[in-house]
Amino acid sequence: MKYILAVLVENRPGVLTHISGLISRRAFNIESIAAGPTEEVDTTRITIGVEVEDEFELEQVVNQLSKLVNVIKIANITYVDSIQRELALIKVRANKANRSDLVDVVEIFRAKIVDVNRETLVVELSGEESKIDALCEVLTDFGILEIVRTGRIAISRGPVPAKDM
Amino acid sequence: MKMLGAEVVIECLKAEEVDIVFGYPGGAVLTLYDALFKTDFPHILTRHEQGAVHAADGYARATGKTGVCFATSGPGGTNLVTGIATAYMDSIPLVAITGQVGVSLIGKDSFQEADICGITTPITKHNYLVKKIQDLPGVMKEAFYIARTGRPGPVLIDISKDVFNDTLDFVYPETVCLRGYRSLFAGDSNQIDLVIESLEKAEKPVIFVGGGVNISGTSEEMRKVINLTGIPVIASLMGLGCIPSDAPEHLGMVGMHGTYAANMATMDCDLLMGIGVRFDDRVTSLVQNFAPKATIIHFDIDPAEVNKNVRADLKVIGDLRWSLPLLCEKIAERSLTKKQWAKAEWVDLVQEWKREKPLASSLPAGGIRPQTVIEKVSELTQGEAIIVTDVGQHQMWTAQSYNFNTQRSFLTSGGLGTMGYGLPAAIGAQITLPEKDVVLFTGDGSIMMNCQELATLADNGLPVKIIVMNNQVLGMVNQWQRMFYGKRYSHSSTKGCTDFVKLAEAMGVAGLRVTKSEELNIVLEKALKMEGPVLVDVLLPETEDVLPMVAPGGRLDQMVLRGIIG
Repeated sequence: MKYILAVLVENRPGVLTHISGLISRRAFNIESIAAGPTEEVDTTRITIGVEVEDEFELEQVVNQLSKLVNVIKIANITYVDSIQRELALIKVRANKANRSDLVDVVEIFRAKIVDVNRETLVVELSGEESKIDALCEVLTDFGILEIVRTGRIAISRGPVPAKDM
Repeated sequence: MKMLGAEVVIECLKAEEVDIVFGYPGGAVLTLYDALFKTDFPHILTRHEQGAVHAADGYARATGKTGVCFATSGPGGTNLVTGIATAYMDSIPLVAITGQVGVSLIGKDSFQEADICGITTPITKHNYLVKKIQDLPGVMKEAFYIARTGRPGPVLIDISKDVFNDTLDFVYPETVCLRGYRSLFAGDSNQIDLVIESLEKAEKPVIFVGGGVNISGTSEEMRKVINLTGIPVIASLMGLGCIPSDAPEHLGMVGMHGTYAANMATMDCDLLMGIGVRFDDRVTSLVQNFAPKATIIHFDIDPAEVNKNVRADLKVIGDLRWSLPLLCEKIAERSLTKKQWAKAEWVDLVQEWKREKPLASSLPAGGIRPQTVIEKVSELTQGEAIIVTDVGQHQMWTAQSYNFNTQRSFLTSGGLGTMGYGLPAAIGAQITLPEKDVVLFTGDGSIMMNCQELATLADNGLPVKIIVMNNQVLGMVNQWQRMFYGKRYSHSSTKGCTDFVKLAEAMGVAGLRVTKSEELNIVLEKALKMEGPVLVDVLLPETEDVLPMVAPGGRLDQMVLRGIIG
């Protein structure tokens, strides 16, 4: 089962390493991890996707993470109504013959072409993980040279922020 | 007042009421050692940094205070690693201060540089790298606070050489502000009401006492619960001493080398109340088979311990200094008799197990039995000594045969199982408790792992009595090879030219030897009466096993009870 945790941490060097190290050391599997600054200058928010066997194992992940001195708050937003996004940049082979087909695909996905040259173009897409997966699958036919994805970030709908959950 | 960073460290130690530091100087901490010299701050020079950290650990276990050790950068820091991991596994409050190379040299593979924060991240409760002197007082304050509050543990402070030499107007902060750190004390008292209900319903209850009781100093409350209810008690290795070994309710240690009664009670009980335990695999064997009929209740300060190994039906999260007095109070309110708490049939059954299968020895009468050595020391010290062990067969024999009476009287590396822990830990304990008898039981394998600390012992005139249980093999390894590896004794013999008596004497420690059983009592009595440190080399047969034993993966009621020596 996959879960999403929103982890608020003190913005200090080494915190991300502590968190990822602790999770992997305890033999839990990190699906994705994305970190960035928040509305508070001294706070970083890390969105972690973890795959665990059951709720007991998830409880362990949360409890172990909570022990880290720099971790301020952990919210399990798996079952919270939330918006989930990931950003991807995909470099695809493109030539005169198939470029217009590619542009059609990009438009259907409401993605953006952010770089073009004679042999390739770069597509930018933000959206749910499954949407990015779907675009990647279609672009495979054209020949993908490189994919870079940020990992999932998530925010709840409604007025309650993760720090108050 | 302007102060050097090194002086700031000393002032912080004084503010934290640290009365002694164990350590070893080197390039990166020379300014710190200069400050120690100028202020005449108490310091014990060990002969290896590993000795320093174990000594600080022994000091902390014996007193409940926070142990402190110093080491220089690079190899000094890495030599602390085993000791820090030992303290982490057993939740010992410790602050390790290491020197780091100059700020401009950090990250450049400089001479004697090691990323000690990176190295110790998984084995510390928290750690710091201090690169600016302005951060130093706050970091020192936080480090001591983190080490000793909540579930205690080791904290490392790595301080750049530049910081020791820089100056600052020193003000020690009065409070700490850690947004993410919550040291839980009181928990949900409703849970304790549920515990009481479960205890009342139980037909076959057992109380399982662990190291948390020793660490939190709640032995008295624990005894009160036992006295009020008469419920049979079992203990983990780390929980020994909390309840007197000879208390009628005490069934002894549980687990791989647990007593027959303790293991059978665990398998048959319908309620098992774990107090400050972490259900180590040496206790549970295969968790699926552990206490299969029981409702599990778990008292612990660390929420991450609950449901980690064994799933609990009821959990009481909080400091035992909060939960145990409350439990006592609520038990007393019920005004039930002992028979109502612990049914007579159950008590009779466990007492029958206790009588029926006492601890066994596989040796023929006449030779020196290792258990006899420990029993004799127990008798001579009336169970009042601070007992320290290394790791191996002698450790288990001590756990099984010494008659412990008081909390914090048994210092042993339970979680990490660190050979070489004993001698320096005994030094740490004896320094802080000079009026106490401190006895170290060690093996011929273990003593060699930090034997350089015999010099520290002698130079400080500390009257630690060292009993080397010398069976000329790495006993536990040898036993496993005998039992599970077809008697292929691969590299487990230590038979060689080492003369432990001469080794002790060479370092300034008196040495005695026991070769025959008739000499045992006389020599032990003499050693315990002698002033100053003494090492007694007791020559034992090599084939004595630690029994009973549960084979790895076996059930607790599938014990090897008698010797299988061939």
